[in-house]
Amino acid sequence: MRVYARILAAGFRTQSRYLPAAFAGLLANATFGLLKSGILLTLVDGGGGEIDGYTAGTMAAYVWLSQGLLGSVNIWSLPSSARRIKSGDIAVDFLRPVDVQFAAIADDVGRGLFALIPRGLPSVGVGVLLVGMAMPAQILPYALGTVSLLLGITLSHALTYLLGTAGFWLVEVRGLQVLYMGVAGLLTGLITPVWLFPAWLEAIAVATPFPAVMMYPIDVLSGRTTGTDALALIGAQAGWLALALVAGGLATRLGRRKLEVQGG
Amino acid sequence: MGDGFVGRPYGVVRGRVRQVLRPYAVVLASRIRAQRAYRASFRADLFGTAVVGLTEMAEVVVLFSAANGTLGGLDLMQALLVFGLAELAFSSADMVFGHVDSLAQQVRAGTVDILYLRPQPLLAQLVTSDISLRRLGRSALAVVVLGFALVANDVEWGPRAVALLALSLVCGFAIFCANFVVAGGLQFFLLNAQEVTNAFVYGGRHASTQPATVWLRSITVIFGFVFPMAFCAYLPAMLLLGEPGAAWLPAWLGWFAPAAALWAWTLALLAWRAGVRHYQGGGG
Repeated sequence: MRVYARILAAGFRTQSRYLPAAFAGLLANATFGLLKSGILLTLVDGGGGEIDGYTAGTMAAYVWLSQGLLGSVNIWSLPSSARRIKSGDIAVDFLRPVDVQFAAIADDVGRGLFALIPRGLPSVGVGVLLVGMAMPAQILPYALGTVSLLLGITLSHALTYLLGTAGFWLVEVRGLQVLYMGVAGLLTGLITPVWLFPAWLEAIAVATPFPAVMMYPIDVLSGRTTGTDALALIGAQAGWLALALVAGGLATRLGRRKLEVQGG
Repeated sequence: MGDGFVGRPYGVVRGRVRQVLRPYAVVLASRIRAQRAYRASFRADLFGTAVVGLTEMAEVVVLFSAANGTLGGLDLMQALLVFGLAELAFSSADMVFGHVDSLAQQVRAGTVDILYLRPQPLLAQLVTSDISLRRLGRSALAVVVLGFALVANDVEWGPRAVALLALSLVCGFAIFCANFVVAGGLQFFLLNAQEVTNAFVYGGRHASTQPATVWLRSITVIFGFVFPMAFCAYLPAMLLLGEPGAAWLPAWLGWFAPAAALWAWTLALLAWRAGVRHYQGGGG
């Protein structure tokens, strides 16, 4: 266990070397946040100040929390493990006395956690300053929200790791990644809250792990979902994470056999 | 490439043009062949880009259905017209110029130095280094949505509408291409900060698909006039539909799309020149 904590800390430190990148990300987050605010607040306004349970304040909270999470979850790119699978370097990783999957995810989660500092929190700050947002006044949503946030970030990297393992069989996984980007972008609730979807699309979204990456943490943290409902969301996140890790472990084992056939 | 490409005696000027273009044509043909080499992946790519376009359209549909049909003064069909115009212009620009904004990786890898050694202009080499056919999936979707929206909306067809449509597609394409070139120029300065350019390249794409009536004032300034995204789709669509437009962006401004494209390219070439001059080599 200690070794993974160290890998996580190393990932965190690696990312701290890319501060300009983090600030650039912040600028992009803020621009998209302003674009999202414009349309979503017009939407709330058109609904007479409330739509699907969102008021202007809670909608703004959704916009800026989702923008803040963007640098920490991974929707748009393959994990570094995928590059190592493609180049065959992963063979070296298999020789080390750590679990390849856990080590790769720990590294990515470490980087993701660092991104909260220069990118996540300031994004939320921009939202508070420019648009204003409603956040809960009690402690509990923040405590539960932190757990939910950690689970969401870990789940996101576990899912992209699993996606990357397709490289054991396909060599070139960019097509799959583009597909993942499209589906995850919509179903995580990044573009619009999942709860605004028409019922059938909402049902599809909830049947996938994607809302657990982003929508659930935002709901818990913003106090939209509280009490036992919040615990249920966190339970669902933990369930999806366990499932993703089991699938990732299985794919890694099968892929390793495949890799030995290719040789290196 | 077959021998027939340069063989027969065309006019001298024409022959000269062919001679100049030939290296690009050869490179392009090889890029296109290369992309089709991994067939399964190429098909997944095509399908994938179409799905990305589809999810972006789903956003428009979801928002308008949550709003019970009207949002920012437009109904869903009108919004799809804006979306289709923007998406077609963006996806074709992305196909031709999209990789220029990932220049930072090439600068870091030192491969840009090779391009400097060759006798062709850097930008022309970069553009032809990779035409992303996989983005055809997205363009195909855009054509379908645009065609559908043009039929579903109450457009008064005639020479004016056709001219407007052609004007907006050409200018929209040019403006999006210009954004990619600005991004490319800035990459020489922003090696580790590519997302600065994502803010206006992909933020601009996102902005161009929205009705400008919903924009916050800061966005109106940035994407109305600095990066003139409103001229790609929203303004021409309002002219086609006979709608009044938005505050600060009245529909008649749509006729000035060529001026907006010219401005965007001025910005692009300035940024590109500054970038190329700033570049000091990759130390390879």
